[in-house]
Amino acid sequence: MDFAFFLIQLLNGLQYGLLLFLVASGLTLIFGIMGIINLAHGSFYMVGAYLAWSLSAMTGSLTAAILLAIPLTVILGMGLERLLFRHLYQRDHLYQVLLTYGLILVFEELRSMIWGDDVHGVAVPELLNASIPLTDNLSYPVYRLAISGVCLLLAAALYFLIQKTRLGMMIRAGASNRDMVQSLGIDIKLIYTLVFALGIALAAFAGMINSPLSSVFPNMGSQVLIICFVVVVIGGIGSVKGAMAASLMIGLAETFGQVLVPEVAGTIVYVLMAIVLVWRPEGLFGKG
Amino acid sequence: MNFRAADYLPWLVIGLLALFPLVESTFYMQLLTKVLIMAIFAMSLDLLVGYTGLVSFGHAAYFGLAGYALALMAPQYEAVSLWWSLPAAVGICALFALVTGVLVLRTRGIYFIMVTLAFAQMLFFIFHDTKIGGGSDGIYIYVKPTMKSGEVELANLEKIEHFYWLVLALMAATFLLLRRVLGSTFGRALVGIKVNEHRMRALGFPVFRYQLASFTLSGALAGIAGYLAAVQYGFVNPEILSWHQSGAVLMIVILGGMGTLYGSVIGAFAFVLLQEILSNQAWFGAAAKHWQLALGIFIMLVALYLPQGLAGLLRQSGRKAAAETTDE
Repeated sequence: MDFAFFLIQLLNGLQYGLLLFLVASGLTLIFGIMGIINLAHGSFYMVGAYLAWSLSAMTGSLTAAILLAIPLTVILGMGLERLLFRHLYQRDHLYQVLLTYGLILVFEELRSMIWGDDVHGVAVPELLNASIPLTDNLSYPVYRLAISGVCLLLAAALYFLIQKTRLGMMIRAGASNRDMVQSLGIDIKLIYTLVFALGIALAAFAGMINSPLSSVFPNMGSQVLIICFVVVVIGGIGSVKGAMAASLMIGLAETFGQVLVPEVAGTIVYVLMAIVLVWRPEGLFGKG
Repeated sequence: MNFRAADYLPWLVIGLLALFPLVESTFYMQLLTKVLIMAIFAMSLDLLVGYTGLVSFGHAAYFGLAGYALALMAPQYEAVSLWWSLPAAVGICALFALVTGVLVLRTRGIYFIMVTLAFAQMLFFIFHDTKIGGGSDGIYIYVKPTMKSGEVELANLEKIEHFYWLVLALMAATFLLLRRVLGSTFGRALVGIKVNEHRMRALGFPVFRYQLASFTLSGALAGIAGYLAAVQYGFVNPEILSWHQSGAVLMIVILGGMGTLYGSVIGAFAFVLLQEILSNQAWFGAAAKHWQLALGIFIMLVALYLPQGLAGLLRQSGRKAAAETTDE
């Protein structure tokens, strides 16, 4: 493997890992703060991708489609939290699993009814549709770099929001003691709604920006969801830092796995997870 | 209902089910066979979810593994003997459950759910991506296993009523075995662990070993169901291991009422029939194509409003009836 080829795979792995982070961070936040296991998280990734595809077909621009789709997914997230998820906070995980599993079936069928079962491609925005030559016959697409850049920016913003702002302080306080926060006069219900909508919007946004690379297809959400479960297990539940470390690890492992040992590439991430479980059952950054 | 009736009821139900082939043939018998296979599968999961307090979302792994074990052990155009292929398939499942159990039982709660799912997906990808099990196309099982004693054929599984009776017998055996196990000290200890793990540990029970034993037994019993399912359909493909299978069986356990065993049987009846009705094109026409939408909504309603399942409803109405008779 020469250097240019290695560099391409490295960049691809990082880009994939960063994208996983967007989905996994929402998942781990919702786990960590509300204690909810959300199997339907992958469905929001799918909804994002399909919205990006259909809106960009309507408006003729992916950027416009994304700008239109983000508020839609935020509203979807807030609505679902009010209608469904709110009733699950005090319930056993078992019922959370069932309800969100039912939700996946509903989302998949609605997708099939609204958008059909075909695979669709999405065009890369004109401005980013270029590639950087590395050697005579190898080059790297600008769009992938742009995705990595946007993901890094969002990760930094998320870190700032949670660690440095007043709202972030309330979120962290809500995670450790809901009743105490409420008696201090903070509207914890509103905070839960916001966190949930944020998580949903992050997953949907990941689906949107990745749609030109992955194209949109049925059941695209479940693939991402299960990998993100592995990310959350490895990183430690509720830890955004852990989600970042684990996402990059998985992204690189899977990308290099595909190139070097394609036959067993699908299983590498699970072997990684098994190793982490033996070594640190609470995850790399989990609190024991 | 007094205690005597409760003791005989399972035998009565099994007896009535055994007579079913005399009145009906083909379609409904095949449907009922499917119900009974799912009942075995659901009971195996109920041991974990309802009695040991471990919510596994990857139970399809053991179900599918047994199916693949049969498909890979059977010679292509010859019948394999049930006497060794069933124990072998179940043994493989038990072994896999033992190994994964050691790993997954290091975790609890949400982690446990995700890790069991992840291990099931790992198996899914192994069979999906490699050539071991024919990739995504799967493997056909052209000839059904034989049951012979010496040269005498005890049952011909190509005949659907023989197969039906075999499945029924294994379902009854699973039910009785689990009832025995759960009534023993071991079973009582499992329920104790479910209620309060720390207290059981403080009392000196080897909690991890008990949980691992339960996990292994559960995986082995799921293997029986998976083996039978592979025989019934005549092929296996990665779908048999998919997480939708794990979701469906968990749904059956909750719908029937977890922690009751017989609830799993009721749940299997209700779930398979519901699936059959919702996807019936003669009744729902074009809407039947999107039957999973109705199923999804149904699952959500059960999760929200019927946490004790159908068995819970039965108990409630039974209690109400008892209360009314004492009033009079």
